[in-house]
Amino acid sequence: MTATAIESANLFKDFITLNTDGQYSMNFVVEGVHCPACIASIEKNISPLPNVSSARLNLSLRRLKVNWKSAPNPQQVIDTLDAIGFKAHPFDNSGAEQASDEEAKFLLRCFAVAAFASMNIMLLSVSIWAGAFSDITTETRTMFHWVSGLIALPAVAYAGRPFFIKAWRGISHGVMNMDVPIAVGLILAILLSLYETFTNAEHAYFDSAVMLCTFLLAGRYLDQLMRKKTRTVAANLAALKVDEVEKINHDRTTTKVLVKALQIGDQVLIKAGDRIPLDGQIISGETEIDQSLVTGETLPIHAKIGTLVYAGSMNGNGEIILQIVATQEKSFLAEVDRLLEKAMSSKPPTVLLADKVAQYYAPVVHLAALSTIIVWLVLGASLHKAIVIGISVLIITCPCALALAIPAVHVVASGALFKSNLLLNAGDVLERLSQITYVVFDKTGTLTQTEQSLIEASVENQDLLELAAHLASHSHHPISKALQSFQKGKNIALSDITEVPGQGIMATFEKTQCRLGSMEFTHTQDIQNAWKEKYPQATFLGFEFGDQKTIFAIEQKLKTNALQVINYLKSQNYGIDILSGDRAQAVEKIADELGVISWQANAKPADKIAALEALKQQKHKVLMIGDGINDAPALAASYVSLSPITASQITQAASDAVFFSQTLAPIAQIINVSKRSKSIMVQNLSLAVIYNAIFVPLAMLGHATPLIAALAMSGSSILVSVNALRAGKLLKDFKT
Amino acid sequence: MSVLLYLMPIAIGLGLIGLGGFLWALKSGQFDDLEGAAWRILNDDDQ
Repeated sequence: MTATAIESANLFKDFITLNTDGQYSMNFVVEGVHCPACIASIEKNISPLPNVSSARLNLSLRRLKVNWKSAPNPQQVIDTLDAIGFKAHPFDNSGAEQASDEEAKFLLRCFAVAAFASMNIMLLSVSIWAGAFSDITTETRTMFHWVSGLIALPAVAYAGRPFFIKAWRGISHGVMNMDVPIAVGLILAILLSLYETFTNAEHAYFDSAVMLCTFLLAGRYLDQLMRKKTRTVAANLAALKVDEVEKINHDRTTTKVLVKALQIGDQVLIKAGDRIPLDGQIISGETEIDQSLVTGETLPIHAKIGTLVYAGSMNGNGEIILQIVATQEKSFLAEVDRLLEKAMSSKPPTVLLADKVAQYYAPVVHLAALSTIIVWLVLGASLHKAIVIGISVLIITCPCALALAIPAVHVVASGALFKSNLLLNAGDVLERLSQITYVVFDKTGTLTQTEQSLIEASVENQDLLELAAHLASHSHHPISKALQSFQKGKNIALSDITEVPGQGIMATFEKTQCRLGSMEFTHTQDIQNAWKEKYPQATFLGFEFGDQKTIFAIEQKLKTNALQVINYLKSQNYGIDILSGDRAQAVEKIADELGVISWQANAKPADKIAALEALKQQKHKVLMIGDGINDAPALAASYVSLSPITASQITQAASDAVFFSQTLAPIAQIINVSKRSKSIMVQNLSLAVIYNAIFVPLAMLGHATPLIAALAMSGSSILVSVNALRAGKLLKDFKT
Repeated sequence: MSVLLYLMPIAIGLGLIGLGGFLWALKSGQFDDLEGAAWRILNDDDQ
């Protein structure tokens, strides 16, 4: 191993695991993976690295797993990914997410066993039912019962574990949860069927028992799938905090250390384009800092010796040395984190529809079965007959439709929303969204595009414009991207390119100096004064080439569909508000363009929360949409929250859903889908209740033979699932 | 009737093979990344 490889293995030793086959493996969270082409690109670049035996990117989780035969070198992986444009962070594989993964796999295995058992037992049951109309002999029927029992017993013992375990836990704590009647139903059904088989009698309910398991497990698994997505984002966020930086030692050399190991007073080197790891004060160097993700401020601030910069902001074009003033616990990021946790813990858990129904379910069902037995006994039936009827009541009431009613809708709705570029982050988002009355937007990066765009240039000379664009491409300053459209691909040779922080960039072209930047830097004040009247709220960029001058008016454009979405929200009678951390002029302009009357500028995180509290006092349920780190606490405090995927990881974890596109159309879609889903969920629950209302009396009257039970169960489950498919209909106007 | 005596075990046996296959696929991680699997088939490079 080379010295750097040893160093790297040491630095990340908490994340590297040694497998049973002697290979080392490690997981990385990779940022910027949104397209499938990334899979090929990443795997092709990492696989050939020395000692790497395999590299596999999980697109669903956005994680890369690398296996080394020996000498693991995680730093090399991080650097290689950086070179191709992906930021990677080490990921700790243990934790809550692992547990939920195991749970999901367990449910899936149980479901598989139950499903296969159902299918095979159905073979035999249908034969019996068909034979009941013709001339099946008792011997054949009994043999079929025996074989069904042989399949059913191990199947229910294996696949029924989720219910038996939960039911036992409930009983031992004196709580009657949904699983108790299910477990009781399953056990009684099997016992009864065994008794019937031994006595060569007519009705065996093996098929009902395994079918019950199958449908219920399907519902549970779908439910679990939904929760898995939530945990993924949260776990990925935790990985983000484990970054490493170059710490400057006393002897002027640098060592790579993990951010969490930094102390107050340490000096770190921040290169151009890096993210600032902790709050610090610049002690050397000069640069521009992009704070848009942290405070919402759209214009980068010029930072020099003595300036305080926040953790989470992006370093621009200069290399600086930072002296840490606050460790991770005390940084601005941590403060936001704390506000976030406080907000999350005070959010009342919504009592879901399913839970409401479950509370009444168990006692009612048991009462019904018990009373049936007693009534039949009183009416003079034999003990055997009474018990068979009582158990059949229990079996019929078993909640297949109920278990599928809500998860099925969730899956269909979230699938449709995914097609609209939306990812749900919590289990009950749809239900909460259907209740909102007010929508609050952040401005920067949410309503407006993340990049600045050009309104107009003051001259038409294409060559001059192209020269300006070419010069701009050498600058790290975010505003320079606005000139991209003028680049026509001509090869322009610039020399002596120098960037002057806070002023602009200059270079020499064909022996003459050209400058791009502020008004003073480019001597374009006179043109600017005239243009300031034309575009009062734009920012200006000047360009000078010899004695030719031009200025560019630049602004932040609204995202596509923004006006359409706002109008849609207004038509649905939602109140609308814009809360931004940016200056008043910028916010006012956007508000006017969108026709929004209520807005607030210069809002800090605490201000945003205060505004939300005020709305809450007025009994409004608020949907908050934001992208900056400064929005995170407000997102957690609102009733429901959305954020665009360009948002920081911490914001994405705080919000209930993430939408990834350059348009605001997903917002309209999710509001519409959530209202539809809520009504379909209610319909499904009603269907489940109706089904019970029809079949329970039938069962009480003694007509619930295994055939009827099977028909009822599968019929109601299919009906509920098909109805759930209607939840996937999207709004035509906002199709992306 | 005698036909059933060997047909039924065959049917159940086939079912068990199917179940075994599914459980193996689950264990070997084939269901871990459904999105990625869908897109991998479009990769141009030789296997």
